[in-house]
Amino acid sequence: MKATAEPITPDRGITAHGLRKSYGEKSVLEGVSLHIPEGTIFALLGPNGAGKTTTVQILSTLISADGGQARVAGHDLDQEPDEIRAAIGVTGQFAAVDELLTAEENILLMAELSHLDRSVGKERAARLLRRFDLTDDADKLVSTFSGGMRRKLDLAMTLVAEPSVIFLDEPTTGLDPRSRRTMWELIRNLVADGVTIFLTTQYLEEADQLADRIAVLDHGKLVAEGTAEDLKNRIPGGHISLRFSDESGLESAAGLLGSVGRNTEELTLQVPSDGGIPTLRAVLDVLDDAGVQVETLTVHSPDLDDVFLALTGQADAQKENVR
Amino acid sequence: MSTSSFALRDSKAMLRRNLKHAQRNPQMTVSVVAMPIVMLLMFVYVFGSALGNGVDLPGASGGSARDDYTNYVTPGFVLMAVATSSIATAVSVCSDMTKGIINRFRTMAISRASVLTGHVGGNVIQTLISLVLVIGVALAVGFRPDATPVEWLAAIGVISLLAIAFSWISAAIGLGSQTVEAASNAPMPLTFLPFLSSAVVPTDSMPAGLRWFAEYQPFTPINETLRGLLMGTEIGNDGVIAVAWCLGLSLLGYLWSRSIFNRDTRS
Repeated sequence: MKATAEPITPDRGITAHGLRKSYGEKSVLEGVSLHIPEGTIFALLGPNGAGKTTTVQILSTLISADGGQARVAGHDLDQEPDEIRAAIGVTGQFAAVDELLTAEENILLMAELSHLDRSVGKERAARLLRRFDLTDDADKLVSTFSGGMRRKLDLAMTLVAEPSVIFLDEPTTGLDPRSRRTMWELIRNLVADGVTIFLTTQYLEEADQLADRIAVLDHGKLVAEGTAEDLKNRIPGGHISLRFSDESGLESAAGLLGSVGRNTEELTLQVPSDGGIPTLRAVLDVLDDAGVQVETLTVHSPDLDDVFLALTGQADAQKENVR
Repeated sequence: MSTSSFALRDSKAMLRRNLKHAQRNPQMTVSVVAMPIVMLLMFVYVFGSALGNGVDLPGASGGSARDDYTNYVTPGFVLMAVATSSIATAVSVCSDMTKGIINRFRTMAISRASVLTGHVGGNVIQTLISLVLVIGVALAVGFRPDATPVEWLAAIGVISLLAIAFSWISAAIGLGSQTVEAASNAPMPLTFLPFLSSAVVPTDSMPAGLRWFAEYQPFTPINETLRGLLMGTEIGNDGVIAVAWCLGLSLLGYLWSRSIFNRDTRS
């Protein structure tokens, strides 16, 4: 792991040590430790059932952990849950909006429950509706809203109290690509305001796009942590994929290139590669000299998908092919 | 707890939220008040003449048997309307719990009880509004109360206490229900209890075992109190017993609700 710059006020972010939680026999979290400096976006990445939501629920004071300690926004999780509640905002996986209220009423309800003055609440509601492009729909009942609009409103409701730490539990799950991009833009802008964001996602692209640091959670344990670059460097998943017009071409190329992944049905070979020109030229030279015709060639550089699949153990079959 | 000073303000915010819900989803209010009104009309017009001879109401004389019975039975159906209206609390609480918004409330620095007091307060207000309708129908079919303004105020007080008690119990039922359908069915027995009290026929006309149950269940003293206030019948110590039942049931419902609400989540 690369060393990151020392945060100025480390206390105001999130720190957790050895969080454990089990439901009956089933262990959901097995000692999760995290450090999220103030003003950064952290992504917790993992497949369904890895324990992402449980981690958010513990850190946002919704449920208590069976073991471990944590500090959120400068307060101890066990001792000062109300101070934490006053400092955080939570946007869950399922939009937590009131369908029988209008968009504006939803935001004003949050303002009132955050004990803001009426005039301040009104002013913030107007500003948030404008910022999230919901002004024209401010007086419509939320039950008429699309999924994307609900998520935007949900985030707006979270922001009314101006929290310093925001938890976003799978904020774009189930959204169409356009709404997802809109959400990403909104989330990116939040950090400009200096808030700390704890994001969970099962989309690698989302973590790659948004997060300063990423941790991969699998079966209740962190299996990797670092920047997107760190994680990509850890898994040399890049390869060159060669396709041949017939089986004899495939066979002779496989003989020449040694230990490579082979797919006889699709007539392709996968040769491990760092994506650099010298390796590529070397492979082509060998095949040229032997007179083997290559139909198509694609270069696959390592992305977070390789990392994710390799680390969460879901890619064993596919990885065998590559090696 | 630093949030306790905000308990009133939070509860008011939640109450407004629940009243807006009721206003925008009036089917629930209409459907819970429809049953006692239909029952009232049925008992007055179908059974009224026959049952009227069996009831003994000192104040009402000179009218037909049906008129006598209308005067006898109306307080009972007012109470039944309180019971059916309380179903709305179970439904609204349960549907809240199945939605994401409840987790949002739980992660905010607000008074925890305010979520529930908002539901209960909203339901009590709705119940009182529904009762205007029930009493209006009763007046239209010949109900002639002789209560003074003070007695009316006392009657409204008893009805409100009962509404608070049933709303809290119904809130607990709503919290304990897995689905909204279950929540709307579970409080049903409450709404039938008035039949096993002095609401529809005097308890002396019942067989021994049933009479014993009828005389000791809360609806009889509450009903006798309400009838006394509206029709001038003897109240005796029923008034004290009625108030005690209402307060006891409210406390039970409140503690029960609170324990379910805090279960498996942190306080």
